[in-house]
Amino acid sequence: EYVEDKKAPQIDKTKWRGIAVYVDHVDGSIHPVTYELLGKAKELAGKIKQPVYALFIGSGIKHKAEELLHYGADKVYICDKPQLEYFKIEAYTSVFEEFITKIKPAAILVGATPVGRQLAPRVAARFGTGLTADCTILDIKENTDLVQIRPAFGGNIMAEILTPNTRPQMATVRYKIMDAPKWSDTATGTVHELAISDEKLKSRIQVLGVTKKPKEKTIDGADVIVVAGRGIKKKDDLKMLEELADLLGGQTASTRPLVEAGWMDPKKQIGLSGRTVRPKLIITCGVSGSVQFVAGMNHADTIFAINNDPKAAIFKTANYAVKADIYDVIPELIQKIKTGGKAL
Amino acid sequence: MKILVCIKQVPGTNKVEVDEKTGVLKRNGTDSKMNPYDLYALETGLRLKEKYGGTVSVITMGPPQAKAVLYEAFAMGADNGALITDRKFGGADVLATSRTLSQGIRRFGSFDVILCGLQTTDGDTAQVGPEVAELLDIPSVCNVQRIEKAEQGSIIVDMDMPHDIETIKAAFPCLLTVKKDICQPRLPSYLRKQQTMKKDIDIYTFSDMEDKDEEKYGLTGSPTSVQRIFPPISDKVQEHLEGTSRELAQKIYATLKQKKFIAG
Ligand SMILES: Cc1cc2nc3c(=O)[nH]c(=O)nc-3n(C[C@H](O)[C@H](O)[C@@H](O)COP(=O)(O)OP(=O)(O)OC[C@H]3O[C@@H](n4cnc5c(N)ncnc54)[C@H](O)[C@@H]3O)c2cc1C
Ligand SMILES: Cc1cc2nc3c(=O)[nH]c(=O)nc-3n(C[C@H](O)[C@H](O)[C@H](O)COP(=O)(O)OP(=O)(O)OC[C@H]3O[C@@H](n4cnc5c(N)ncnc54)[C@H](O)[C@@H]3O)c2cc1C
Repeated sequence: EYVEDKKAPQIDKTKWRGIAVYVDHVDGSIHPVTYELLGKAKELAGKIKQPVYALFIGSGIKHKAEELLHYGADKVYICDKPQLEYFKIEAYTSVFEEFITKIKPAAILVGATPVGRQLAPRVAARFGTGLTADCTILDIKENTDLVQIRPAFGGNIMAEILTPNTRPQMATVRYKIMDAPKWSDTATGTVHELAISDEKLKSRIQVLGVTKKPKEKTIDGADVIVVAGRGIKKKDDLKMLEELADLLGGQTASTRPLVEAGWMDPKKQIGLSGRTVRPKLIITCGVSGSVQFVAGMNHADTIFAINNDPKAAIFKTANYAVKADIYDVIPELIQKIKTGGKAL
Repeated sequence: MKILVCIKQVPGTNKVEVDEKTGVLKRNGTDSKMNPYDLYALETGLRLKEKYGGTVSVITMGPPQAKAVLYEAFAMGADNGALITDRKFGGADVLATSRTLSQGIRRFGSFDVILCGLQTTDGDTAQVGPEVAELLDIPSVCNVQRIEKAEQGSIIVDMDMPHDIETIKAAFPCLLTVKKDICQPRLPSYLRKQQTMKKDIDIYTFSDMEDKDEEKYGLTGSPTSVQRIFPPISDKVQEHLEGTSRELAQKIYATLKQKKFIAG
């Protein structure tokens, strides 16, 4: 059926200026995704010659605001109130609302962290604007339309999305997708207080307690990862990969079938239904390279894939495609490293 | 306790066709299933009912054939269901979907707890839950991994955060999105399936919406617009390493050393 394109009144895009970044943090310790987004915001803002803003919401966080200026923020808007000690979604949404109403940014980037992923949609719904999830590529047009590219269907397709007739345009971006800018000596930006009435900070949720999770070595932050795939014949053979990972100062991880078999901790699964990693080096061993797996690791800096099937899909993703039997080449490699040099 | 679970019908596989022009999914409905994440939301609802009494209702927005997921939910134990469907709702993005769902929910009844899955396997945004909560003006908690208990007028839940677990008390009515760790969904019961296959469901169309501004629904009401869909591209520099395993080990070693992963 033909859907008639009704002429929606065009908004005045010149009234919305600047690229804003939501500062993700826990008790003032800023999540690195924030710096990555500031770097991206700076690049986008440069193209349209507009400022970069940072929105910093919390309690007892003032002393951290300065830091954001060193990563390229022109103006940091800070709302520091005791009521904002914990992430309370309604209160945070209200502060966000104040910020948008006052500053009118053309676009807002939010880290796709557990906080960002719930806060951004509430804000978007409040303003009746579009929100594009988990963008992997961002660009901007002269008319300030944000070009947002994201995967869907488990990474099987990519979609290019615009928010052509509402402002602010909103996008979330996962950690380790954009490149972090270097800390810069010069900080020309300024810090401003964002006022809000106590009435607006009221909340129907109450944080009763916070339990620290036991600190475990997570693959999320590892620089080097050795991945076991179904090419591994039995659980005991994982020791070989653990040894290699140890020698390289890294950690082991796996594809989903090994987790399902109970050979690996679910927290070590890479992929769509597991973790997204962006290590400096990843070596996949006996991994076929399904789209669901690749979605979780294709942003690694250097990818080695070892597989004995020359047609394995993982070779399309790899920088170094090594056609070999893991049971032959890995022991050789381990031997080589042991006799030849140490891991950095 | 009056519980509502939002469930979505998604394609049975990840191989789907997309209308290149509009960027809208071509759903033929032959190979569809309930969004797997929604099974956890439904199970959570059923367990709450078992413990505290009340009813579990289910609601879905989609084409007429999406009602199949309501019957799947009945076979698992849901008490009643509503389908929101209209040509005018087609091509909706998250905002338009959330508007339609929230309007449909208002029409369906008043609920203490609304449960959503964490995300879907198609659109995969994880945004509908919090947007629906905003439009209903109720508190929301995402990433719920455990329900501690329900009390008079509120529920206490654990929200999973990167470094810690926050225990949160949310006043009714509220919306929760649940993680897969929360529970193991039960299988549908054959007997219940037989008993509920002819069950009546509520069907809401555009004329049942309280807000009759057509521009807020479907493709027209969607602020985001999919410009194009394309297969993922890889721009990797590639090198194929070949040789005997000893030669290969040597080559890998040399490369790792050159890239400073190995000292010396
Ligand atoms: C390739 C592609 C990319 C897209 N990207 C975006 C985007 O970035 N931004 C955007 O706004 N839209 C986007 N859309 C559109 C969007 O995915 C859907 O149109 C929207 O209806 C539902 O979003 P979702 O599937 O991501 O649901 P999610 O937000 O992932 O769903 C979370 C939960 O909400 C509930 N729920 C969701 N949909 C329904 C429903 N129809 N009925 C009942 N309960 C439901 C379920 O409990 C579900 O578990 C995209 C669509 C495609 C095809
Ligand atoms: C919705 C959904 C979500 C999913 N999420 C994930 C996810 O998060 N993570 C994930 O990993 N998977 C996920 N999967 C599963 C995914 O589709 C694949 O099934 C899985 O990634 C395959 O794992 P694999 O490569 O280890 O095994 P296989 O596909 O079996 O590949 C094994 C490979 O090892 C090679 N091999 C065998 N023996 C040797 C040897 N001696 N030396 C060298 N090579 C050898 C073979 O040639 C083959 O290529 C998901 C699937 C779905 C439907």
